[in-house]
Amino acid sequence: MDYPEDLRYTTNDEWLRVEGEIAVTGVSDYAQDQLSDVVYVEITAEVGDTLSQGDAFGMVESVKAAADLYMPVSGTLTEINEALSDTPELVNREPYTAAWMIKYRLAEPEQVDQLMDSTAYIAHLKGKNS
Amino acid sequence: MPEALIYELSSPGRYAVAFPESDVPHAAPPDGLERDDLPLPELSELDLVRHFVRLSQYNHSIDTGFYPLGSCTMKYNPKINEDIARMPGFAFAHPLQGEKISQGILAIMYELQEWLKEIGGFAGISLQPAAGAHGELTGLLIIRNYHRDRGDHTRTKMLIPDSAHGTNPASTTMAGLELIELPSDARGNIDLEKLREVCDDSLAGLMLTNPNTLGLFEEHVQEVVRVVHECGGLMYGDGANMNPLLGIVRPGDLGFDVMHFNLHKTFSTPHGGGGPGSGPVGVAQGLVDFLPAPIVDIVEPGDEGTAPTFGLVKPLKSIGRMKSFHGHFGMHVRAYTYMRMQGKAGIRAIADHAVLNANYLRVRLRDAYEIPFDRVCMHEFVMEGMWPDAPDIHALDISKRIMDFGFHPPTNYFPLIVKEALMIEPTETESKETLDAFVEAMLKIADEAHTSPETLRSAPHSTPFGRMDEVKAARELVLCCRPAYIPKA
Amino acid sequence: MAYIPHTEKDRQEMLDVIGVERIEDLYDAIPEDVRFPDLDLPPALSEMEILEELQRYAETNVNTKHFHYFLGAGAYNHFIPSVVNHMLLRSEFHTAYTPYQPEISQGTLQVIFEYQSLIANLTGMDVSNASHYDGATALAEAVILALHEHRFKRKKIILSPGINPQFREVVRTYMQGLDLEISGDEDLENGQDNLRSMIDGDTTLVAVQYPDFFGHIYDFSNFAEAVHAAGALFCVVVNPLALGYLKPPSEFGADVVVGEGQPLGIPLSFGGPYLGIFATLDRYVRKMAGRLVGETEDSRGQRGYVLTLTPREQHIRRQRATSNICTNQGLIALASTVYMSAMGKQGLRQVAELCYQKAHYAANEIDSLGGYRLWNNDPFFNEFVISCPHPVAEINDFLLDREIVGGFDLGRTYEKLEHHMLLAVTELNSKDQIDALVSALKEFDHA
Repeated sequence: MDYPEDLRYTTNDEWLRVEGEIAVTGVSDYAQDQLSDVVYVEITAEVGDTLSQGDAFGMVESVKAAADLYMPVSGTLTEINEALSDTPELVNREPYTAAWMIKYRLAEPEQVDQLMDSTAYIAHLKGKNS
Repeated sequence: MPEALIYELSSPGRYAVAFPESDVPHAAPPDGLERDDLPLPELSELDLVRHFVRLSQYNHSIDTGFYPLGSCTMKYNPKINEDIARMPGFAFAHPLQGEKISQGILAIMYELQEWLKEIGGFAGISLQPAAGAHGELTGLLIIRNYHRDRGDHTRTKMLIPDSAHGTNPASTTMAGLELIELPSDARGNIDLEKLREVCDDSLAGLMLTNPNTLGLFEEHVQEVVRVVHECGGLMYGDGANMNPLLGIVRPGDLGFDVMHFNLHKTFSTPHGGGGPGSGPVGVAQGLVDFLPAPIVDIVEPGDEGTAPTFGLVKPLKSIGRMKSFHGHFGMHVRAYTYMRMQGKAGIRAIADHAVLNANYLRVRLRDAYEIPFDRVCMHEFVMEGMWPDAPDIHALDISKRIMDFGFHPPTNYFPLIVKEALMIEPTETESKETLDAFVEAMLKIADEAHTSPETLRSAPHSTPFGRMDEVKAARELVLCCRPAYIPKA
Repeated sequence: MAYIPHTEKDRQEMLDVIGVERIEDLYDAIPEDVRFPDLDLPPALSEMEILEELQRYAETNVNTKHFHYFLGAGAYNHFIPSVVNHMLLRSEFHTAYTPYQPEISQGTLQVIFEYQSLIANLTGMDVSNASHYDGATALAEAVILALHEHRFKRKKIILSPGINPQFREVVRTYMQGLDLEISGDEDLENGQDNLRSMIDGDTTLVAVQYPDFFGHIYDFSNFAEAVHAAGALFCVVVNPLALGYLKPPSEFGADVVVGEGQPLGIPLSFGGPYLGIFATLDRYVRKMAGRLVGETEDSRGQRGYVLTLTPREQHIRRQRATSNICTNQGLIALASTVYMSAMGKQGLRQVAELCYQKAHYAANEIDSLGGYRLWNNDPFFNEFVISCPHPVAEINDFLLDREIVGGFDLGRTYEKLEHHMLLAVTELNSKDQIDALVSALKEFDHA
C-alpha cells in the first residue's frame, strides 16, 4: 500500500493535496483496496457549490460496497473529474493521480493542518485493523 | 450450456395462443393513440415450454435439495397449499366484488388474523403488508402515529442493534424516523448499559429481532423491554425469526408492541425465487386503532346455526393504506391451510424440531468450525468460515464448494458482526439423514481447506455455471435485451 | 405433525449428540414466566379434512368461473393460457430462494432478465427492475426515486385525479413521515390544464394514469413537455395490457412508467399477490429501488446473469438505501413473463384490441338504452363510466340475481359521482354476455 508523503488524509480515507489556493481530493489506496473493484463514481456536488468540512460530495461503489465521500476541509468546487463516470476502475489503478475526484478553492486553509499526514494515517490504519 | 434468451428463440409469424375473432361490430381505433409496433417475441407453445423448463433446471430449490440458509426459514412448501389457493372460489374472485359474495374469503382472512393473534400474543393484525420489509414500514408508521396522536411530536429516534438486518435501518429512514445503532455485548445480546444511556424522551422505540441474527434468544429481553417502555418507547419485533418461538413464547407476552410475521418463512408459503412474500403485522391493544385499512372483522355476529357476517373495516386512526386491495390473499389462504394442518400440537412441534435440528448441526460442526457465540441456539447459528491456518480460504469459498455436494450454501457475510460469517438454519422439515449428509460435506470441506485449498478457491466444479463476473455486470450494465429490429439507444 | 420427518429414535439420537435430555432443555434462555403458553388453538386437520373444509369456504364466493364480470377498477378478468400455471408450478422455480448464488440460480435470474426485457420493450422504456409488490407501491417508489433525484430539495408531488384512488392513498401513507406536499387530485375536474398550472420549481414528480381510472386515454406529449420544463419527472401509471394496442408512454416522454401487472396472466385472487411494474430511463437506473438482474459471464466464459447494483440495497447501504424493498414478486414476474411470451407480438395485440372493441360495443348499447348515459365522450380503452338512473348498489344487486357482477360504484369513492358506475369489458365477455347485461339494465330501469 502506498501513502504519498505530500498528501493529507482523513479518517474516512479521503486524501487531499494542496496546489496553491486549490485543493484536490480523492480516496486513498487503502480505501480502494477495501472497496475492491470500483464500478461507479458519482460526484453529487456541482462546480460552484460551497461545502463545509464533512459534507458529502459524492459516492463510490464497488460490487460489494458503497461509500459516501466527504469534504476533508471546507471549500468551493472548481472542477470535477468527469473521466471517472466512464472509467471508474481508475480509482483502483491510480487512486492518487488519474482518479482525483474534485478540485476546490480552500475556504479555511488552516483546516488542512488538522488532517493526518502519511505517518499519522498509517498509524491510524494500523490501529483500525488490530 | 447457457439457454438462449426468449427473444433469440423468436421467429416472425409464430404464435402460442390464438383468440376467436371479434363477435361485436368494429369500433374505430383511438385517434392518434394506436401503437405501431409491439416488440414482443413470437414462439410456439412447445418452444416456450422447453425454454422455461430448461431454465428451471438451472435452479436449486427446496424440492430438489437442502437449503441450510440462515435467516430465511426455507422449509418445505406443502403441495396442498397450491391446490387450495387455486380453487376457483379463491383464485377467481375479484377484490372489489363486495363483501356479501366473498364471505368464505373474508372468513379465512379473519381466522388467519385470529391464529396470528393467538400465536403472537397480539390484540390486532393487519394482513395487508406484502413482505417483511413492507411490514416493517407499516409497523414503524404505526409507532410514529401512536406518538404523534398523543402529542409526542419529538419522539423520532429508533434504536436498532448492530446485528440487525439492513431492512431495519432502511425502513426507519423511509418512515421519517431517525436511526441510532446499538452495539452488541460479548454474548451477542444488546448492551444494556449503552441502551440506558440513549433512552430519553426523544425515543420512538427499539427494533429487535429475537432470536437475534446470531440465532440466540436475547437473554435480557425483559429488561430491554422494561427500559424502553419506562422511557415511553415502543418495542418493535422483527418476526423474521418467529419459527423457533411457535408455542414456546409469544412476543406479545414478552412486551413487544408491534411485530411483523413472514408467512413465506414461518408459515410455509413459497419463496418463489424472491417473492411474493406476505408480512402481516400484529399489534398490542393500544395500537389496534392505527392498523392500516382495511382489516377483516365480524360485522354481524352469528348465532347457533348461522355463521357470522364478515366485513372490511377501517380502524379509527388508521395510518392509511399500504398497498392495493387486501394484501396477498393468495398467500393468506396457503398459510391458513398450513396452520390448520398443524393444529395446536403441530405449531409447537415446528419450533421444537427447528431448534433440535439447529443445535444438532451446531454441536456436530463445532469442532471443525469456530462458533463465536457458542451457546444453545434457537433455530439457527453462525460460524466463522475461516481458519487462521488456512489464510487463503474465505466464507465465500466454502459456500461455493458446498454446491458441489448438492446443497445450497449457508447465508454469507451476515450478520456483519461475525467475521466471514456462515449462518445456518436447517428448519424442522429436514430429516436426520439430510443433516448428517450436510455435516459430512462440511467436515470434508474443512479438511480440504487445509489440504487442498485450491479445490475450494475454484469451486463450484459440478454446477452448470461457474462463478459469475459481478464486476463486468456492474460496469457494463446490460439490463435488457432488445428484439433485433429495435436499434438500441 | 405434518411435514416433520423425525422418528422417536431420531430425536433421541440427536438429543444425545447435543447432550441434553429433552427438547425442553434447549429453551433455558427464555424467561420461565412466559415460556410454553397454553395456546387456544384447535387440533390438527388431516389433508383430507382441510381440503373438504376449505372447499366449502371456496364455494361460498362468487367467482369469474360461474358469473359474468363487468368489474375492473384496477383488477381485470382476462384469459390465462394453461401454460402459465404449468410453468409457475415447476418446483425449481416455485420453491427456489432469492438468487443470491448465481451458479445455482440461473433459471430465476434469466427469467428476471427476460421479464425486465419484456417490460422495457412493452413500455418503450430503457430499463425495468425485477418488479415491486403491486402498482400502488410501484407508484410510491417512483415518488421516492424523484425525491432522490432532486436530493429531497423539491417537496411537491402532483397526482392526477385520474390515478386509481387506492394508488394515491398508498402514496400518501408511504410519504407521511417525509414532510411533502401532495396535491392535484383534490378536484375530480383537474385535467391537464389545471395540473399544468400547479407545476413549479418545487415540483419533483407529476403522475398521470393511462388509461386512467375511468378508462380514458389521452395524449400527454405536450403535458410532459411542461413537466420537464419545470425540471420535474413525469410518471405514467399504465395498464400494461392496454399497451398491446396503445402507444407506449415513452412516446409521451415519460421518465418513469409504473403499473399494476395483474392483467398480464395473474389470477384475480381477491386482490393479490399481483405485480408492480417499474420501468425508467437509463439515467435514473441507480436511483431505482428494487432488484435488478444484469448480463455477464461466468469463469468458464459462458453467458450468465447476476443480481447487480446491489450496493444500492439495504443490506449494504442500510439507512441510506434507495428503499427498504428487498424482494420482488418473483413468481408473479415469472407468470407474466410466460404470459407475455405466450401471447407474443400478435396475441397481446389481439387481446387488447378485443377488449377495446367489446367495451365500445357495450358502451354504445348501454348509452342507447335511454336511462343510462355515457359520462362523457372522451376516448377510452376497455372501461367507461355510465351515469345511472338508480343507485348503483341497487342495480348491482339486481344484476347479481342474474349471475352478473356489475361495475364499480364510483359514488363510494367520489362524492360527485353518485349514481355512476365504472364498467370493464375484456376479451372474456362475449357478445351474448354483453347483451344480457344490457337487457338486465334495461329491465331494472323499467321495473
